[in-house]
Amino acid sequence: MALSLSGVILPKLMQQRTFSVSATVAAIQKLTRVRVVDNSALGNAHHHRAPKVIHVYTKNGVGKVGDRVLLAIKGQKKKALIVGHKMPGARMTPRFDSNNVVLIEENGNPTGTRIKTPLPTHLRKMEGEYSKLLAIAQRFV
Amino acid sequence: MAACTRRASETMGLLRILRNLTHNERLLSTSVMRHAAASDGPPKFTPPAKPVIIDKTQKEASLRRFLSPEFIPPRQRTNPVKFSVERKDMIQRRKVLNIPEFYVGSILAVSMSDPHASGNLNRFVGICTQRSGKGLGATFILRNVVEGQGVEICYELYSPRMRNIEVLKLEKRLDDNLMYLRDALSEYSTFDFNMQPVRFELTGDVSVNQLKVKMKPKPWSKRWERPKFNIQGIRFDLCLTPEMMEHAQKWGEPWREYDMLKEYDTSSLEKQIFQEVEENLSK
Repeated sequence: MALSLSGVILPKLMQQRTFSVSATVAAIQKLTRVRVVDNSALGNAHHHRAPKVIHVYTKNGVGKVGDRVLLAIKGQKKKALIVGHKMPGARMTPRFDSNNVVLIEENGNPTGTRIKTPLPTHLRKMEGEYSKLLAIAQRFV
Repeated sequence: MAACTRRASETMGLLRILRNLTHNERLLSTSVMRHAAASDGPPKFTPPAKPVIIDKTQKEASLRRFLSPEFIPPRQRTNPVKFSVERKDMIQRRKVLNIPEFYVGSILAVSMSDPHASGNLNRFVGICTQRSGKGLGATFILRNVVEGQGVEICYELYSPRMRNIEVLKLEKRLDDNLMYLRDALSEYSTFDFNMQPVRFELTGDVSVNQLKVKMKPKPWSKRWERPKFNIQGIRFDLCLTPEMMEHAQKWGEPWREYDMLKEYDTSSLEKQIFQEVEENLSK
């Protein structure tokens, strides 16, 4: 019964992706697809495979705003900083509609030169570590 | 010498009276007219009319009978003392912070203190998509699209970080929860940060915006067509076929509306709490 039903519906639904690939569960973890929000060439280049997280540098494996992750992007490995996610954080902090990251070098300097999308203000707590990244941000919410 | 000083003091007094007169005129008092009429004989002292002080910095409050929904305790077995104590604290906070009347669908500008923002003040403008929580923990969610990025902030109404809440546009929408704006086109949740407040009527019913939104293609964060959400503000005819709409009705639970155990009539409770809040707020 269920099989026949899905058989009827399936061709219609094949045209669109029927599941969301970046759900709000557990912020950012391994294999989460992310959006690169800076203007670096690597982040904006079109590729058939969306950038995804292959490692989160936290003890529990869950990345929140301000955590470092390792991305698989265009067939290479690249470090990135989480600057916003879909999962709601603490009260009075912004929640974004996409999982945003900014590409960074090994030493914490940003790869791009500009960040257009707004960043959460509580990222400024990490001023010492990521001052160059925060300096290229255009807007905070 | 003594006469001279007396003269001087007299002129000083006259000057003072004159200054008072001119001052009164500016306040549009009626005592000036009375002085002119009683010109024969010594003028009788008439106390100047008490000036009516209108604080223009304070925006005029609504004249509607409105009780914020977080005052009504949820239907449960928690000791009512907890809620009455919380109510006291809420009223105490409301005496300091002006929390205006607003609804889901109203556009608000909220300023909160933020040690990381410039000037320690963080201002955000957006549409209220949800109000939740009861008592001191009441929250509301503002949504806006900034630089093409959807942003939502959940504010705590009674948080000490809250500085100012301003209603830019007072209106309701067709639904009590606008979470579906996340899956709607971004134009429906884009608001200008420099938006000027729109004047609203102080009496009568709050206007309901009959806007129906167009959605992005599926998948949505939730299946909004399901009867449990009972959404009126979506153009389902543009994104779903009639067969799909009919299929969604399979999850309907029409018997729930007759469940008498789920009934919660708050009208008498609301009246009582409203009176209590009114009395204590004016104290």
